Amino acid sequence: MAEPTPDLTPEPLERLGRFGDFGGRFVPEALIPALEELDEARHKAMVDPEFLGELERLHRTYTGRPSIITEVPRFAEHAGGARVILKREDLNHTGSHKINNVLAQALLTKRMGKTRVIAETGAGQHGVATATAAALMGLECVVYMGKVDTERQALNVARMRMLGAEVVAVPTGSATLKDAINEALRDWVANVGHTHYILGTVTGPHPFPEMVRDFHRIIGVEARSQVLDLTGRLPDAVIACVGGGSNAMGIFHRFIDDPDVRLIGVEAGGEGIESGRHAARFASADPGVLHGTFSYLMQDDDGQTLETHSVSAGLDYPSVGPEHSHLRDTGRAEYRYATDDKAMEAFRLLCRTEGIIPALESSHALAGAIEVGRELGPDALLLVNLSGRGDKDMHTAAEWFGLIDGEAVPEGRAEEPRATGDGRTQL
Amino acid sequence: MTADVTTGPGVESVFARCREEGRAALVCYLPVGFPSVEGSVRAMVAMVEAGADIIEVGIPYTDPVMDGPTVAYAADQALKRGVHVRDVFTATQAVRDAGAPPLVMTYWNLVLRYGVPTFARDLKAAGGAGLITPDLIPDEAADWIGASDETGLDRVFLVAPSSTDQRLAAVTRQCRGFVYAVSHMGVTGARESLGDAAKVIVERTKAVTELPVCVGVGVSGGAQAAEIAAYADGVIVGSALVRCLTEATDEEAGLTALRSLVGELADGVRSGS
Repeated sequence: MAEPTPDLTPEPLERLGRFGDFGGRFVPEALIPALEELDEARHKAMVDPEFLGELERLHRTYTGRPSIITEVPRFAEHAGGARVILKREDLNHTGSHKINNVLAQALLTKRMGKTRVIAETGAGQHGVATATAAALMGLECVVYMGKVDTERQALNVARMRMLGAEVVAVPTGSATLKDAINEALRDWVANVGHTHYILGTVTGPHPFPEMVRDFHRIIGVEARSQVLDLTGRLPDAVIACVGGGSNAMGIFHRFIDDPDVRLIGVEAGGEGIESGRHAARFASADPGVLHGTFSYLMQDDDGQTLETHSVSAGLDYPSVGPEHSHLRDTGRAEYRYATDDKAMEAFRLLCRTEGIIPALESSHALAGAIEVGRELGPDALLLVNLSGRGDKDMHTAAEWFGLIDGEAVPEGRAEEPRATGDGRTQL
Repeated sequence: MTADVTTGPGVESVFARCREEGRAALVCYLPVGFPSVEGSVRAMVAMVEAGADIIEVGIPYTDPVMDGPTVAYAADQALKRGVHVRDVFTATQAVRDAGAPPLVMTYWNLVLRYGVPTFARDLKAAGGAGLITPDLIPDEAADWIGASDETGLDRVFLVAPSSTDQRLAAVTRQCRGFVYAVSHMGVTGARESLGDAAKVIVERTKAVTELPVCVGVGVSGGAQAAEIAAYADGVIVGSALVRCLTEATDEEAGLTALRSLVGELADGVRSGS
């Protein structure tokens, strides 16, 4: 503590990490030194051939990158006959795009000399990825998960524990993703000396939104050249689901400077906007501060955070990454929503037409693709980020569609989807 | 810029008086709305009568990341019972009428939603002394710095053991009223031992500012208050007071326990130097 001659020149106060008006650093002062350390470490790492080489090697030999693209013509019959191509992040090790960011942040953790990582998780995909990276690199790992989510994603809880992570069920508040982040932030403040918080999406205080985006940017970089190789042209639209928004930022970013490519994010419409039980921030919310960032936020008249709802735990979050808010307000990206019903229809449709079981989160992007394809017609080329696989969602799907012997089939959900002559689907 | 010592809304006159009396100030926290709005106001007034110099009036928030289980529980209960942000003004007026300056402790989104200049104006009109902002750093506070300069309200930012000397200098330069030094790394909550970290952060902060430095997070009783009063200008107590109310069998028992603890703490801040 006893610096001989401390330099007391105050650092200039500046608003860091802004995307237009959005973003920033709304956190307790206690975390500022850790955020500055992280910011410095990632800037150095991103120009360090050793770091970049190690990350590239891990992605090639462990993650399974580059992930392939798959054209899905039988699914596309239900999307107005448009040409639909999936970017297969579901085929990554651990089953989603989350591993891209986690491996990079785990490498950074080691470079910063820290020995313990913590993470929040909603659907469990980010928690599983973090537990995986911690096992791979010999780091202690604690994952915070809302109690409601531990129940609906029990399989992922078991996976994390199998990998050696401690899983803490958070019972406070709505007991979902936002409450898991609160608890992770509390842990981080208390243990910041030896702990890195591997935040799993493009939100939180600077530098997380920018850093997590950069670690996922590889999705769009690969997909853009793969689609060009396959079709000789750029897609008309790139479509991704948006909870916090990391898979969407990852696939959008390389296309931002391609003005003819529409960027379309699909939020969770839950039981419909009018029901109030949804997580469609852009359809109903005003900007506010949550978890260290200024962005669109579902809040009441007092500024208290509202509870959200989605059939998909990974999209069940009241705020959204600040760069999405900026892309939305500037008009560079557009956002729509898919209800639980539409997402589940798209989920079943991809299973039945292509033999691919998507995550419920990614099923929202597929529902968006069905809609956009019908709007644009058969000449359109759509690139959809299939951000994760649906093995973890079998319990939810089995209940939804009545797939368990002896259980009643919920009304209206048991019919087979079939394509009609005009390219529309009857479900 | 600085509010007038005798007529300004801020806490400067409290520290002047404490200096004359050769003691530290006692800053006592309770959230508005627990057990009810009226009950919390009665409890705050009781704390003034029992010897609190400054009341820190908390506004319950759905996502209190700086707070431990005790304060978070009371805030959650208050929200379930329907407390609103505007209820804080009822509390600040009552505290001011009882003779102590009320500082409002609030997470930033509540003020942002209300409108920063409007909140400042309404707070001043309701006898408020200023704001303590646990999740707002001066770097992000341009609106609030402007609004507090216009109204003369105090603005209390936090410093922590992890703060670099440069951060300490930058943050304290934007404070008015006092500087809130977090005693250790972690959330709010009573602790048996504070160790040396609190003393070190106070000394490091005093090296860069003339403002009073108060220590918060973890103080639970009179002996700790006396220990901190020996080197700090003020002692901030929160969770231990909230616990008087959450653990009480009824409201009267809560107030009795609260008066007793505040009395013990008031003795503590007078025996520290």
